[in-house]
Amino acid sequence: MNIMTEAGVEQKLSSATNAPSIKMKGEKVSVHYGEKRALFDVDLDVREHQVTALIGPSGCGKSTFLRCLNRMNDTIDIARVSGKITLDGEDVYDPKIDVVELRARVGMVFQKPNPFPKSIYENVAYGPRIHGLARTKAELDGIVESSLKKAGLFNEVKDRLLESGTGLSGGQQQRLCIARAIAVSPEVILMDEPCSALDPIATARVEELIDELRQNYTIVIVTHSMQQAARVSQRTAMFHLGYLVEEGATDKMFTNPDDKRTQDYITGRFG
Amino acid sequence: MVGYLVVLLVVLAAAAYWLGRTRAIASVNGDVARLHSLPGQHGMFLALFAAGPALLAIVLWSLVTPGIESSIIADRFASELSGMGVPQVEAFIRDARAMAFGGLVGFADPTKEAAAALYKSVHATSTWIIWTVALVLSASGFYWAYSRIAQAYRARHVVERVLRAFLIACSVVAILTTIGIVLSLIFESLRFFQQVPFYKFLFGTHWSPQSAFTGAGAEAGAVNEDIFGMVPLFAGTLLITFIAMLVAAPIGLMAAIYLSDYASKSVRAVAKPVLEILAGIPTVVYGFFAALTVAPYFRGIGESLGLNVASESALAAGVVMGIMIIPFVSSLSDDVINAVPQSLRDGSAGLGATKSETIRKVVLPAALPGIVSAILLAVSRAIGETMIVVMAAGLAANLTANPLEAVTTVTVQIVTLLVGDQEFDSAKTLAAFALGLVLFCITLTLNIVALRVVQKYREQYD
Repeated sequence: MNIMTEAGVEQKLSSATNAPSIKMKGEKVSVHYGEKRALFDVDLDVREHQVTALIGPSGCGKSTFLRCLNRMNDTIDIARVSGKITLDGEDVYDPKIDVVELRARVGMVFQKPNPFPKSIYENVAYGPRIHGLARTKAELDGIVESSLKKAGLFNEVKDRLLESGTGLSGGQQQRLCIARAIAVSPEVILMDEPCSALDPIATARVEELIDELRQNYTIVIVTHSMQQAARVSQRTAMFHLGYLVEEGATDKMFTNPDDKRTQDYITGRFG
Repeated sequence: MVGYLVVLLVVLAAAAYWLGRTRAIASVNGDVARLHSLPGQHGMFLALFAAGPALLAIVLWSLVTPGIESSIIADRFASELSGMGVPQVEAFIRDARAMAFGGLVGFADPTKEAAAALYKSVHATSTWIIWTVALVLSASGFYWAYSRIAQAYRARHVVERVLRAFLIACSVVAILTTIGIVLSLIFESLRFFQQVPFYKFLFGTHWSPQSAFTGAGAEAGAVNEDIFGMVPLFAGTLLITFIAMLVAAPIGLMAAIYLSDYASKSVRAVAKPVLEILAGIPTVVYGFFAALTVAPYFRGIGESLGLNVASESALAAGVVMGIMIIPFVSSLSDDVINAVPQSLRDGSAGLGATKSETIRKVVLPAALPGIVSAILLAVSRAIGETMIVVMAAGLAANLTANPLEAVTTVTVQIVTLLVGDQEFDSAKTLAAFALGLVLFCITLTLNIVALRVVQKYREQYD
């Protein structure tokens, strides 16, 4: 493996294009589920206001890595994380870090749309309420409206904010979940295959949205779709069997990857 | 004697199974794959036809013969019995039967002995008839079925149809029993309402049926309509149920939350069965726990606080009943809480909610319909519960909302009305049926509501 030289090349490339600063940094991140090791010493940076796509065949550790970034693995009893992950230089696994605050800063959108069985309004207001972000009803209304607007859903649902969020179509539900994540003003949004349960039209809508959101947020997205990674991301990281195979600018990864496994995977020869 | 017949038929069935199997195999010279149905199905087919009709005949026979025999006796001794009332005739036949087949005889006399002798001979004849009928049926069934067995015969379909009929018969028995019980409740209640007006029963506030017959002389036997007011019983039931739910709903729900969301697998593996053991304790054990331990304890506490607590208080009965119901609430709620998808919990956690926020604001609201129905089922269980309240709540029909006083419940009063020697057609005894009917209506309504809520809830996630 030639991660070191690859990283060196990256450094040059990114400094040449006046690279954005690093928002999150993973150093030697390893995860064990009980006896089984799911992730091996992964070093990966997430750059601010960019979309970083994590690709690789099923079971390669990309979702595991994603869930390390906001400590969602804490909810799994047998998961054990080692190594270091920083957010703006702060170690997120530091015992002093409040995981509630961390997850407010690093939000998450899941594979299957999972709106709460509440009204659309309540779904979006949920985060601001538990974090006490709004002092008045009017302020809360404002947050809900702007979040729905940013998620591109407001015009479709503005007349039925009090209807159940579970009554929306799949694509609308996923955008509702994105609005819900945006409502707590996170800095980073993690997306775990956000389009895998959606049809092509809803997918296109969500992809557009991801591109728009990049202006204000840093996004990490796990995807099984090569085209999606190519369309929405600026940087791509390829995982295989728990190892980070290769990481770099998306254009380069898809046209001229360094590692044969990346090339094979992207061209559909395995995975 | 008929017992031997049944045993014989079972043996015949086993033999027929073996014969049918053998014949089926022989019909294709051992090449079983050519048979339409498996050899075992041919055997089953033969066994069913050899023994089934005969067994059915025996069941029918045992249902109708006692009636026929009695009517023959009554007919033969019509002149001797002509002067007697219905109960005496019944006693006469009962005694004759007892003398013929052994049993307790009231007092013997020559007429009864003659009746007993007749009884014996009639019964011998009918036994002989059923033996003949059963054996003929068995033989002809066997012959008919045996001649059918062949390579292409669809024994499998016949067996399946017979099995289906048998299963239908079983469920019909269960349903008919239910209908019968409900009808008897309704008819006896109607008889009660002929003596005591409906509205006085439902809305009266005075209950003391033990003093139902207050009249003397010309008024002897008159029914005092004003003492059958069920409101105090209903109020007592509600009070005790309310106290029970105050105990069971929060504790059961919290336990369910702990078990489903906080407990580790190993704790859950131990704690859940232990909690469910509570449901296995006989209610009479809870009853003396309530009467001997909890009630005096509450009384002691009450005294030290300067309160006057009855030794049989609604509070003690309600609290113990609540403890009994905890496993119902916790087990059912645990199921519905577990049914809330993990993705909702993850979604909430991903927004930075703590575990308790997630449970309070996402999991519980999502599980609420299921929890409500669990609690409703527990309520109907509490309303119908008898033993604990008999032992711990007392018999005094006080109309009170004070949990420290003795109250009584619908179930307790049904017990006291029917215990001991009663005239079956007195208003007092019939009142028990009316109470039973009211109780049945209440629990039925609660169960229907609970099931409806569950159905509605299921539509959301399945």
